[in-house]
Amino acid sequence: MTTQAEHRMPTATSASAPPADAGLLPSAEPVRFLDDDGGPAPGDAHGRYERPSTELLRRAYDAMVLGRRFDAQATALTKQGRLAVYPSSRGQEAGEIGAVLALRETDWLFPTYRDTMALIARGIDPVEALTLLRGSWHCGYDPMATRTAPQCTPLATHAPHAVGVAHAARRRGEDTVALVLIGDGGTSEGDFHEALNFAAVFHAPVVFLVQNNGYAISVPLSRQTAAPSLAHKGVGYGVRSERVDGNDPLAMLAVLTDAVESARAGGGPVLVEAHTYRVEPHTNADDDARYRDHDEVEAWKRRDPIARLEAHLRSRGELSDDDVAAARSAAEEFATQVRERLSEEATGDPADLFAHVYAEPTPQLREQAGWLAEELAR
Amino acid sequence: MTVTLGKALNAALRDAMREDDTVLMFGEDVGALGGVFRVTDGLAAEFGDDRCFDTPLAESGIVGMAVGMAMNGFRPVVEMQFDAFAYPAFEQIASHVAKMRNRTRGAVGLPMVIRVPYAGGIGGVEHHSDSSEAYYAHTPGLKVVTPATVADAYSLLREAVADPDPVVFMEAKKLYWAKDEVALPVTTEPFGTAVVRREGSDATLVAYGPAVPVALEAASAAAAEGRSLEVVDLRTLVPFDDETVAASVRKTGRCVVVAEAAGFAGVSAEIVARVQERCFHSLWAPVLRVTGWDVPYPPPVLEKYHLPGVDRVLDTVDRLQWDDAPDPRFLAGSR
Repeated sequence: MTTQAEHRMPTATSASAPPADAGLLPSAEPVRFLDDDGGPAPGDAHGRYERPSTELLRRAYDAMVLGRRFDAQATALTKQGRLAVYPSSRGQEAGEIGAVLALRETDWLFPTYRDTMALIARGIDPVEALTLLRGSWHCGYDPMATRTAPQCTPLATHAPHAVGVAHAARRRGEDTVALVLIGDGGTSEGDFHEALNFAAVFHAPVVFLVQNNGYAISVPLSRQTAAPSLAHKGVGYGVRSERVDGNDPLAMLAVLTDAVESARAGGGPVLVEAHTYRVEPHTNADDDARYRDHDEVEAWKRRDPIARLEAHLRSRGELSDDDVAAARSAAEEFATQVRERLSEEATGDPADLFAHVYAEPTPQLREQAGWLAEELAR
Repeated sequence: MTVTLGKALNAALRDAMREDDTVLMFGEDVGALGGVFRVTDGLAAEFGDDRCFDTPLAESGIVGMAVGMAMNGFRPVVEMQFDAFAYPAFEQIASHVAKMRNRTRGAVGLPMVIRVPYAGGIGGVEHHSDSSEAYYAHTPGLKVVTPATVADAYSLLREAVADPDPVVFMEAKKLYWAKDEVALPVTTEPFGTAVVRREGSDATLVAYGPAVPVALEAASAAAAEGRSLEVVDLRTLVPFDDETVAASVRKTGRCVVVAEAAGFAGVSAEIVARVQERCFHSLWAPVLRVTGWDVPYPPPVLEKYHLPGVDRVLDTVDRLQWDDAPDPRFLAGSR
């Protein structure tokens, strides 16, 4: 991917006061701290960003290990017929976990259907988080209590909601930030652009995290855009943008924390593009051999975000064999619980069909609920 | 006091905003201009740009942002400027506005109003006169309201703003300048209640929105010819008042549905289905309809041939088998 040198991001700016005009553009290369093996990236690849604290990186490591094990368990449960479908985010752990760790509990997260791992990191009960993908009619968790919107299936349509929630909070003088997760395919949808524009015009504290994983089901990025990068789409709306190595957990945490705090401090919206890769097929129903080479997948697997973070922390003596074993053991226990709790078929009360269409059912819905009850009583 | 329907809507918004500072009004040209139909006139001046404001020109963004604000403590009212310009917002309306309460098992309600100036008869050029109510009425989770009187314009809009569910508030453009003697504020019958606007005994005209004045005028003309027509104004399409409609048709034994929208798969078709389900044994004739033709809305050069008028309503009433002869229009082999 080519970028123009004159669009290079200045290397030292304050988080809360983005520079004018050209400062909106992303860095020429994605921000990274680590090379593909977890060693230090050469030169000033991390730009103005500071390395996240070891404490934060350790939390991220544990959450990523757990997230990946959960993801594998969910994929397995789908093959056993316990879930209707599961869109895996394996390989995108740095984005899934980084987005959540950059937020406070009082901030809002707007996930897509691929972001169940982020829901787990957010502390949502795994059975609640998988409710939708078990084929239920509702999202499973309480969005108000968890400050997490229902997983959005129509692409990018939740982005304007994030703008509204953030703008509402700012109007009341709260310092809440909304972070919305979007994929590369979603950037082609009109709502992505309308949301960026509205966020910029109303100076709403929103962080748009585009996890560019290379494919919208089967369609490669080259068919989504001719732009130099997806992050370049921000400048047209006056939105400061950044590009990150999405498989570098240090870079993801550094950039997302900076973006969230910049928005919180009144710096307006930020667009972050994470360059990552969907290691698994789109869902269990997808056959990715029809549209991509095995070699490509293997190349990305070698840039594994968990392995890179593990190598980095070990090299600094900040992660021991015991720590790794403890993280894996916790993840295994979590997966076992998920497996056991999902061992039964999902069921539903037919009366629930009518219960939440309106605050109070209309006379017609009450009538239809009665007809269904009669039918079931026969 | 003589009030136009447009002014009554304006007063309803002003009073709602005065009583509850979480009520917001936004959309295109609703600020300094006061809306292209002046329904938001003076609101930005009184409440400030924080509470009545212009947005970028993007209807999906407008409705989507309203969803977020409704999720987070506000009661947004958004204006869609014209019926056909609301179509870019349709995905937001159908996939999110209508479904949010259900997909969150009741945890997230969306108290918001989408105001849609709709229907024709004002000489608008193309894309300015669609009767789009069926799209919304067909979408579970939305309430769909359309006032035909000045008092209802005020009262139903206040009720819409106060409602815990999203309301698509359809404003018949040609009625904005309709006048009536009304002391505001006024409270009329609640959502889900149709009203008999004129009592009669020979046949029932069921109408809503822009068709109500047409039905009333037709009833007056019929009375001069010795035929007594009852006129039912639906007021809210969702929730629908089956009771009032069925009671009227059971009483008169004949029914014509009058609507400006194209008839095929429209709200008028739903009304006919509901009437025949409930009133079949009281009917002396098939339920007939007077609707717009099934054509794209014709701009002013041809719209007079399209809009259901008094003559077409009276001709249709004449076909209600008063002499027990079958309606020749629908006889087998008649065309």
